Amino acid sequence: MLNQKDILQTQNMIRKQHLDIRTITMGISLLDCADEDIQKCCEKIYRKITGRAKDLVRVGEEIEREFGIPIVNKRISVTPIALVAASCRTESYVEIAKTLDAAAKTCGVNFIGGFSALVQKGCTDSDWKLIRSIPEAMASTERVCASVNVGSTRAGINMDAVAEMGRIVKETARLTADNDGLGCAKLVVFANAVEDNPFMAGAFHGVGEPECVLNVGVSGPGVVYHALQSVKGQPFDTVAETVKKTAFQITRMGQLVGREASRRLGVPFGILDLSLAPTPAVGDSVARILEEMGLEVCGTHGTTAALALLNDAVKKGGVMASSHVGGLSGAFIPVSEDEGMIAAAERGTLTLSKLEAMTCVCSVGLDMIAVPGDTPAETISAIIADEAAIGMVNSKTTAVRIIPAPGKTVGDSVEMGGLLGTAPVMPVHGESSAAFIARGGRIPAPIQSLKN
Amino acid sequence: MKAIVTVVGKDRVGIIAAVCNRLAEYNVNVLDISQTVLQGYFTMMMVVDVSRCRVELARFCEEMEKSGKDMGLSVLVQREDIFEAMHRL
Repeated sequence: MLNQKDILQTQNMIRKQHLDIRTITMGISLLDCADEDIQKCCEKIYRKITGRAKDLVRVGEEIEREFGIPIVNKRISVTPIALVAASCRTESYVEIAKTLDAAAKTCGVNFIGGFSALVQKGCTDSDWKLIRSIPEAMASTERVCASVNVGSTRAGINMDAVAEMGRIVKETARLTADNDGLGCAKLVVFANAVEDNPFMAGAFHGVGEPECVLNVGVSGPGVVYHALQSVKGQPFDTVAETVKKTAFQITRMGQLVGREASRRLGVPFGILDLSLAPTPAVGDSVARILEEMGLEVCGTHGTTAALALLNDAVKKGGVMASSHVGGLSGAFIPVSEDEGMIAAAERGTLTLSKLEAMTCVCSVGLDMIAVPGDTPAETISAIIADEAAIGMVNSKTTAVRIIPAPGKTVGDSVEMGGLLGTAPVMPVHGESSAAFIARGGRIPAPIQSLKN
Repeated sequence: MKAIVTVVGKDRVGIIAAVCNRLAEYNVNVLDISQTVLQGYFTMMMVVDVSRCRVELARFCEEMEKSGKDMGLSVLVQREDIFEAMHRL
């Protein structure tokens, strides 16, 4: 028999500590939609997505009501479009992006991911077409998310793609300048991208995935923050245990919802991604968890160690609670989406260099960071190369989602709206990396890749 | 299938009666009730059987919340599984 304390604890987590299911994401394979004629390809894509995902939003809302737990986002990820569209006789994939956008609107989902290319070792003709279609695709669609994987532990780093992505990020910002470069918030450059990530903007449906699958992302920085308030001043062993227990509870809830949604939709359950994903709401911040461990402001000395403990304890708690933990699982540190990070960046304590160090121990990378609009493309490429190197050497996923905000400079801030939040413009080094980026070629795979 | 009904509100005469009447209208059976009054606030938790409920579960949850508001109470209906998952191994 359940006791009142347990029931109230769960209800407080949901009502007061922002516990929620962050996303249920349906992955759909589009490999059977290939066609030489781009119009036919688009028709097949639209039909397949709207057929498979027609009940996604309805089922999500039913579950929300029955369990009394918010499911914040319902989303779709698809096979990387560079693969699907490779046989189309066309020079641009913008039409396909518009089709994805239309399908997302019909299904009622707020984002669709998979306008993607995987180029860690080299680019096919189709990959180049996709990459060069990104700026216009981001400017002419509302819900489509793009990602490009430029490196991996096994393959090294494709520096030609890194160089191009610097220019693509700049061009995307220019084409969406009316919205402070909002297009860049929907574009991720990865190393070691995962195939079953349910979180946007980097979600895509990998080629090793089944026809259709349901992945679930749970979140709850507020719950962890609240739990840590009860162990003030105690040793880190206690801190780690407390985070683990909380992560376990949150994950069990996500597993239940994921199973139920998968049963009702008749789609296999893929993975549960337990990621502490902050929102701009007060009380839903990862930075505040780190500060609760004893740091005056997030970004000061000790922040990397605090984040390492948090990220690890979250995984350990989650892994026993779900039969399939996957995706990115850990702690996210998107600056604009985290009330505590925004405050720390505005104060100048949280800098780009410190964030880079933090990405060595968190689950992803430099996320939702605004830099001055006049930052050269080569500097952005070099930032991408640094992150990809961290990912490559440490066998982890890293990503860069950076917004060179047109016309803005240090001291300004960028309003993204909604869950994307507000990003204070952060300074970058003025010294050039242009000659470094101009070399091109590949950075060889590290010795860690030779595991066989 | 079981659900947990949580009722919170300022204490007054007839809260249990009013909530139970609503449940009876939906053909929902009460299995267990626990109730306390904390600093003038009435808090009740009920385990109910919703397997013979007249309407779909999602609608029942929504309508009970609404009728709670009409009575000046906070009423929350949630499937029992969520608590089991979080608090039982």
